[in-house]
Amino acid sequence: MSDEVAISVTVNGQVEHVRVEPRLLLVHLLRDELGLTGSHVGCDTSNCGACTVQLDGQSCKSCTVLAVQADGSEVKTIEGMGTEDDLHPLQEGFWAKHGLQCGYCTPGMIMAAADLLERTPNPTEEEIRHGLEGNLCRCTGYHNIVKAVQHAATAMQSAEVSA
Amino acid sequence: MIPAEFDYVAPDTLQEAIAARTAGGEDAKFLAGGHSLLPLMKLRLAAPTLLVDLRKVPGLSGVTRENGHWRIGAMTRHAVLQDSHELGAISTVAAGIADQQIRNRGTIGGSLAHGDPASDLTTAFLAYEGTLTATGPDGPREVAATEFFQDYLTTALAEDEVITEVRMPRLEGYGYGYEKFTRRAEDWAMVGVVALVKQADDGTCEDVRIAMTNMGSTPLRARAAEDALRGRPLDAGSIAEAAGHAADGTDPPADRNASEAYKRHLAQVMTRRALTSATK
Repeated sequence: MSDEVAISVTVNGQVEHVRVEPRLLLVHLLRDELGLTGSHVGCDTSNCGACTVQLDGQSCKSCTVLAVQADGSEVKTIEGMGTEDDLHPLQEGFWAKHGLQCGYCTPGMIMAAADLLERTPNPTEEEIRHGLEGNLCRCTGYHNIVKAVQHAATAMQSAEVSA
Repeated sequence: MIPAEFDYVAPDTLQEAIAARTAGGEDAKFLAGGHSLLPLMKLRLAAPTLLVDLRKVPGLSGVTRENGHWRIGAMTRHAVLQDSHELGAISTVAAGIADQQIRNRGTIGGSLAHGDPASDLTTAFLAYEGTLTATGPDGPREVAATEFFQDYLTTALAEDEVITEVRMPRLEGYGYGYEKFTRRAEDWAMVGVVALVKQADDGTCEDVRIAMTNMGSTPLRARAAEDALRGRPLDAGSIAEAAGHAADGTDPPADRNASEAYKRHLAQVMTRRALTSATK
């Protein structure tokens, strides 16, 4: 076996010191070593986006990033987005607008949508569809996902105005 | 899918990285954003014994303007190019790569070094007649886009060389268009076309560069279409006529999405559309 590498990754605000095999993928570090099973493995070929997390504030597909590449970085997963009592506006939006059926794609959708709203706080429908083109959903036909993101964008804009 | 085992280093300097790559032998590889290499490793189509990660090497990222050129660090991510609207066509091409998650990780140096004729930036690099710096144990050397792509996934980079910078001429006064035809939004293009057009004061075509993805084992210039348009008045008729020559002299490989005949057809249609955008 190749030598393990010591890395430090800040995951949802908590610093994690772990020793990993160089070939360990970030998604497996999160799921198997750290127990954060919200990030899903779908296609495992950087197509479907179910494994999307934020790495230093930008969305990425964690099935196509080595854990060692995240050394010294900050990772945010769906578990870091909100709590049951205090949902993130995107989580609220997916709930209110029925943006999911089976739910498998939802964590990745929300993490990709968070990047989209960071880049484009008030997106058009077309910008939402374009911004989420790296995420596949086999249930909803996307219409309610678009509505969920619009719902969140509106909530986040009005929160900013009142802040 | 898990890659085969490999050793990993992330050196702090370029010299250390090149030394590590050289010491690692023929099966060592440089790692930039990993979005060409890691998918191949997961499929076990590539099994390097050592990855030399460039992420800690300083000075490899960013876009600066110098002497009529854009200097783009090899580790500059597609998302940075996407957001650098002053880059014109390069920004537009970068914004069309795969999806946002991929653009946030993939780098221009990695994309060029991979040398995939289906990839967007290789084609833009050829259209711009850019140059790049390849740095190895003996120091840096300059390689022109016209000499860089040699065959399918094969470039002029030596085994122990790494791309450190990419330069694109600023091409003042050129209009541009980029058209790609995909089966799904995030796919590689079946055929993509970059067109750069400079219009003379009298409305004729002073200069034109057309480069195509996926029409051969490397990105290709559509020379016959360029020759048909250069010096001619730029209108719908001349553009359509020139675009009709886009596939001349090419021998595109059929793939699961498109037959050779369909690619030749697409090359003409995408060229007409890209030229039309470039002359608006």
